[in-house]
Amino acid sequence: MIRFESVTKRFRGGGIAVDALDLEAPTGKITVLVGPSGCGKTTSLRMVNRMVEPTSGRIWLDDRDTAKVRPATLRRGIGYVIQQAGLFPHRTVVDNVATVPVLLGLPRRDARRQALDLLERVGLPRELGERYPAQLSGGQQQRVGVARALAADPPVMLMDEPFSAVDPVVRAQLQDEFLRLQGELGKTILFVTHDIDEAIKLGDQVAVLRTGGRLAQVATPAELLSHPADAFVAGFVGRDRGYRALGFAAAGELPLAHEPVVTVGDALAATPPRAVDGWALVVDAERRPLGWLAVGGLGEAQLSGPVVEDLLNLGGTLATESGTLREALDAALSSPSGRGVIVDEDGRFAGTVTASEVLTRIERRASVLRQEAIESAAAEVIALQP
Amino acid sequence: MNLWSYLQQHSGDLAGWTWTTVWLAALPLLVGLAIALPLGWLASRLRWTYPPLVTATGILYTIPSLVLFIVLPGLLGTRILDTVNVAVALTAYTVALLVRIVADGLSSVSTTTLSAASAMGYTARQRLFGVQLPIAVPVIGAGLRVAAVSNVSLVSVASIIGVPQLGRMFIDGSNLSTLGPIVDGLIAFVVLALVFDGLILLGIRTLSPWAKQALA
Repeated sequence: MIRFESVTKRFRGGGIAVDALDLEAPTGKITVLVGPSGCGKTTSLRMVNRMVEPTSGRIWLDDRDTAKVRPATLRRGIGYVIQQAGLFPHRTVVDNVATVPVLLGLPRRDARRQALDLLERVGLPRELGERYPAQLSGGQQQRVGVARALAADPPVMLMDEPFSAVDPVVRAQLQDEFLRLQGELGKTILFVTHDIDEAIKLGDQVAVLRTGGRLAQVATPAELLSHPADAFVAGFVGRDRGYRALGFAAAGELPLAHEPVVTVGDALAATPPRAVDGWALVVDAERRPLGWLAVGGLGEAQLSGPVVEDLLNLGGTLATESGTLREALDAALSSPSGRGVIVDEDGRFAGTVTASEVLTRIERRASVLRQEAIESAAAEVIALQP
Repeated sequence: MNLWSYLQQHSGDLAGWTWTTVWLAALPLLVGLAIALPLGWLASRLRWTYPPLVTATGILYTIPSLVLFIVLPGLLGTRILDTVNVAVALTAYTVALLVRIVADGLSSVSTTTLSAASAMGYTARQRLFGVQLPIAVPVIGAGLRVAAVSNVSLVSVASIIGVPQLGRMFIDGSNLSTLGPIVDGLIAFVVLALVFDGLILLGIRTLSPWAKQALA
C-alpha cells in the first residue's frame, strides 16, 4: 500500500505542484494518476521514491515513513518504469535488467541468469539479452524497462507514462501484456498517464488530478464514467463516456441466434443456400469465425471454386460470451451482415446477436441502475432527517 | 644527405630520442586527463563554475608553446633546459583542451538516463562512475585523440630549447641546410601521432563497445 497523507509540493518560485494530496494506492492493485499537464501527477509519483522531496505531509509504504528511509535504499525496493524506458545505452539488455539485483549485492552471474528469465516473462526472446538498447525498437525497449523494474521483485512499482512514446498498435499490445503480467504478479502499482482511455483500461482505481495539483476524484473506472464528480472530471473523461462505460458492464447471457456457417475450403456453390440476407459466415476447420462472404456479389465463374479467405469481408469485430456489453454492441455494429458474431472462450463460433437485441439489454440494465440511484438518494434523504 | 645516411649516422641516438619523445607526449596526456576529469566534472556539476573554468583553461591554450617553455623555468625553479618544463607545458595544454570536453561530455548524458539511474537506487558516486562517465567515454576519448596528436607535434618544438628527442632532426636538417633529416623527422612524428591515435581509439572501442556505430 502507498499512502499520501496531505502531501504538498511547493516549488521554489512559489508555484504549487501538488496541493494537500490524500490518496491510498491499495496493495496488489493498479492506481492510475491521470490529469492534464501541470496537474502534478508526475511530481506526486516522484515523491514516492524521493526523487522529489515533499514540502509537507508524509508518504507511507505500508507502515514505513518514506522520509525515514535512505533514498538509495528506498529506491532499490521500488520498481520504476519511465517514458522512453530510460535504459542505460552503454549496457547490454541483460545487464540493464540486472541493474538493481547487482546494486543489492547479487553476484553478476546469478543476476544475469535471472534477467534472461525475466526477458521471456515480458515477451522478449533471450537472444536480445546481448544487444544494446539502441539496437531495439521502441516497444522492445519499453518491455526491457518493465523487466528492469521487476528484476528485484519489488512489491511496489511506479510507472511514469511508460507506454506513451510508442505507436498505438504497440501501445495496446504493451497494455494488454502489462495487465496479464499484473494478473500473475499482483504488484502495488502507481501509474501516471495523461491519457484517460489508458487510465480507464488499466486502472483498478483512477485518481483524476486537476491543474494546481488538487485531487478531483478517486473512483473505479466504471464509477468515473457513470458518475463524474464535477464538470472538470466530466470534461476530462470526455465524449463517448456513455458508450465507453458499457466496457465495464458484463453482457450476461445474450439471446444468441443460430447461424448456418460455411467452412473455408468448401465449394462456393454450396454457400447461397446457407446465406441469410445475402451474407454467409465463414469459419475455419475449428469453427473459429474468419469473416463474412457477400454471396450476392459472386459471379457465375467464381461460384465454381472453393471458399477462400481472399473473398471475405473482415470488417466485423468479435465478442466473447463472457465479454462486455460494449464488445457485443460493437460486434453487431461493425458486422457487415448486421449480425454480431459471438464466440466462446476458445474462440469458436457460438451465435449471433443484433444491435437492437444488445440495446434492449442495455436499456434494461439502465432502468435497473436508475431505480437503484433513486432508492439510494431517497435513503440518504431519510438518513439526513432528524 | 639522403634519408638513410642521416639515420645511419645517428643510429645510436634514435632509441633514446624516440623514448624521450614518447614519454614527453604520453605522460602529460595522462596527467592532464587526471586533472581535467575532476575540473570538467565540477564545471558540469555546478553550472556557474563552467564559464570561468572553460575560459581560464581556454586562455591557457592560446599562450604560444615556446613562450611557455621559456617562462616555466622561472615559475617552477627548474633549469631552462630541463625536460620537466616541456612535460609541464604539455600537461597544461592537455588540461586546457580537455576541461571543456569532459564537462560537455558529462553534461551530454541524457537527464532521462541519469534520473533512471537515481530511480534504480544508484548513489551519486555510483551514478557518476557507473553511468555518467562510461557514457561520456567516446566524447572524452575523441578529445583525448586531439590532445595526443597535438602533444606529439608540440614535443618537436621542444627541440629548440635543446631537449634531445626526435625533433632534433628538424634542427639538424635546418643547420645543415639539407632536407633528409627533416623528412626523416616528419615521417617519425606522423607515425608516432598515428600510433597514439590508434592506441586511444582502441582504448575507446574496448571501453565502449556499445558506441561502435557512433565512432565508425
